[in-house]
Amino acid sequence: MDSESFIDFALGRYNYWLVMILMMVGLYVVVARGNFVKKLVGLNIFQVSVFLFYISVGKVAGGTAPIYVDDPATLYSNPLPHVLILTAIVVGVATLAVGLSLVIRIQAAYGTVEEDEINAADAERDASPRAGGTA
Amino acid sequence: MLGTAFEFLMQHLPALQVVVPMMAAPICLMLHRGSWAGTMALITAIACFIMSVLLLQQVMTTGPISYHLGGWAPPFGIEYRVDAMNAFVLVIVAATSALVLSFAGKSIRGEIEPSKQALFYTVFTLCLCGLLGVTITGDAFNIFVFVEVSSLATYVLIAMGARRDRRALTASYTYLMMGTIGATFYVIGLGLLYQATGTLNLADLAVRLEPLGDSTSVRAGFAFIMVGLGLKLAMFPIHAWLPNAYTYAPSVVSIFLAATSTKVAIYVLLRFMFTVFGYEFPVVELSLSAIFMPLALLAMFVASAIAVFQTDFKRLLAYSSVAQIGYMILGFSMASVTGLTATMVHIFNHAAMKGVLFMVAGAVVYRVGSSSVASFAGLGRQMPWTMAALVIGGLSLIGVPLTVGFISKWYLILGALETGDWVIAFAIVLSSLIAVVYVWRVVEVAYLTPAPEGAKPVREAPLSMLLPMWTLALACLYFGLNAELTATIGQAVAETLLNGDTPTGTPVIEELAQ
Repeated sequence: MDSESFIDFALGRYNYWLVMILMMVGLYVVVARGNFVKKLVGLNIFQVSVFLFYISVGKVAGGTAPIYVDDPATLYSNPLPHVLILTAIVVGVATLAVGLSLVIRIQAAYGTVEEDEINAADAERDASPRAGGTA
Repeated sequence: MLGTAFEFLMQHLPALQVVVPMMAAPICLMLHRGSWAGTMALITAIACFIMSVLLLQQVMTTGPISYHLGGWAPPFGIEYRVDAMNAFVLVIVAATSALVLSFAGKSIRGEIEPSKQALFYTVFTLCLCGLLGVTITGDAFNIFVFVEVSSLATYVLIAMGARRDRRALTASYTYLMMGTIGATFYVIGLGLLYQATGTLNLADLAVRLEPLGDSTSVRAGFAFIMVGLGLKLAMFPIHAWLPNAYTYAPSVVSIFLAATSTKVAIYVLLRFMFTVFGYEFPVVELSLSAIFMPLALLAMFVASAIAVFQTDFKRLLAYSSVAQIGYMILGFSMASVTGLTATMVHIFNHAAMKGVLFMVAGAVVYRVGSSSVASFAGLGRQMPWTMAALVIGGLSLIGVPLTVGFISKWYLILGALETGDWVIAFAIVLSSLIAVVYVWRVVEVAYLTPAPEGAKPVREAPLSMLLPMWTLALACLYFGLNAELTATIGQAVAETLLNGDTPTGTPVIEELAQ
C-alpha cells in the first residue's frame, strides 16, 4: 500500500480512530484517577466509545434511517446495532446510577471519595485494637 | 383441562425459567416485609429448581431444546437453547439458590436492617433471574443484557454487607468498575464478530465463523470476549475484585456468589470457546495451551499460597475459590474429553463444597459475630455439627477420597496423564497439599484451641441453617461415593463440545441463511 492510499485508508475510517481514542481515554481515567466520581466518568466515556463503535458498524453508506418509506429502492442503515446500543445505553445508565449511589454511601461512611484516603482509613483501622468492630 | 395446562407449561419451560424469577422480584418488593419476601423468594427458587430439573431430564432423553421467543425463528428471533451443558448449569444455579434462601432467613435478620430485608430478597431474585438468563439464552447479546442484570444485582447485594463492615461499599464499587469493564469488553468483542458475520445467534455464529477462518477482526473479537469473561469469572491475574467482594458481602451473598456466578461465567467462556469458535480455530488452540493452562497452574499455587496466610475465614475461602477456578480452567485447557469432564464435574462439586464452607462461615458470623479464623477457637465443642460440616467441606476442598473433590481431581489427573503431562498431574497433587495447610489451620483452631477466657458460651447454629448446610455436606459425600450421575452428564457435555456438532436446531438456521 503506497503512502497516499494509506492516508486515505486511515482518514476514511476516522470514526474508528475516534472510538479507539475515546476508549483509551476512558480506561486511562478509570485506572489513573483516585477520585471515585472521576473513575465513573472514565467508565462512562469507555462505554460511550463502544456505543459509537456499534453505531458505526450499523451505518450503511448512503443509507437512510431505518424507517419504512413506500419506495422499494430505498437503502436503509442496519437498525439492529442501533437497537442493541439502545439497550446498552440503558444498561450504562443503570450502572452509572448504582455506581453513583455507592459513591454517596462511601462518602457517608468514610467522609471522602478519594481512593488513597479510603485505603489509609482502612489500613489505620486494621492496625487499631478496635479492628473488626462495627462500622 | 389440567393436562393441557400442564403440557402448555412444559412447552414453555425455557421461558418460564427466566420469567418466573423476573416476575417474582417485584412481588417480593410489594410484600414489603422481610419474612414474607423471603418466603416468596424461596418458593421462586424452588420452582426454578423443579423447572431446571425437568429441563435437564428432557434434554438428556430427547436432545437439545430450541425455544423461539415470541415465535420468531432464529437467527432473527431470539432463541433459548437448552442442551446438556446449560441444563446442568441451570440445575446447579437453581439448586444453590434454593438452598441458600432456605439458609438465609436467620442470617439475613442478623446482618441486614429490617427495613431493607424485602429489598434484599427482591435484588436476590433479580440476580437469580440474570444468572439463569445468561445460562439459558442462545443469543450473544442477550448474554450481555442478562450478565448486566445479574451483575447490577450483585453489586447491590455486596454493598448490603456495609452494616457489618463499611469496606463492603468499596468492595462493591471495585467490582462494579471491573465488572462493567469486563462486560463492555465482551460487547466490543461481540461487535467485531457481528461485523464479520452479521449474526448474534450463538449457533449461527458458529456456522458463519467457520468459513471466515482466521481473520484479524475475528481474532480480536475472540480476545476481547475472553478478557471480558475472564474478568467476570475471576481468572487468576484479573481476580482482584473477588476477595474483598466475598469477604465483606453478607454471608448469604458470599455463599450464593461463590457457588454460582463465577460458574455461569465459566459456562459462557466454554460456550464461546468450543461451540462458537470451535477447538480447531487456531487462536483457540494457541490460547488454551499458551495462556489458559499456565495461568491456571499459577492460580492453583499462588492463590492457594495467599489463602494460607489469611486471618479471615471468608477471605481464605475467597482465595481458595480463585485457586479452584484454576482447576476448572486447567480442565478445559487440556481440550480433551476427560479434561472437559473434569471441568464440568468440578463446576458442580465446587458449588457444593464452597456452599458448605461459606454456610459454615455464615453460621459462625451469626453466632460469634466475626468470621476471623481466631474466632473459631473452641467452636469444635460448642458447634459440633457446624464444625463437622466444615471438616467435610474442607476434606472435599483438599480432594480426599470419598468426597467430591477427589472425583474432580481424579478426572483432572487422568486428563493430564492421557496427554502424558505427568508434570501437570504432579502439580495438581502438590497444590492439593497447600489446600491441606489452609484447611487444617482452621480445623486446628476449631478443635484444638480452647475458647478464649471469659468468652460467652456459643450455641450450635439454628436448625434452619444446619439443614441446608448438611444437605450440601451430604451431597459432597454422596456425589463423592457415587459420581455416576455427575460424570455421565459431564462426559456427555464434553463430547458434544469437542465433537463440535452444533446442537439440533441448526437446520432451521441453515435454511434461512441460504
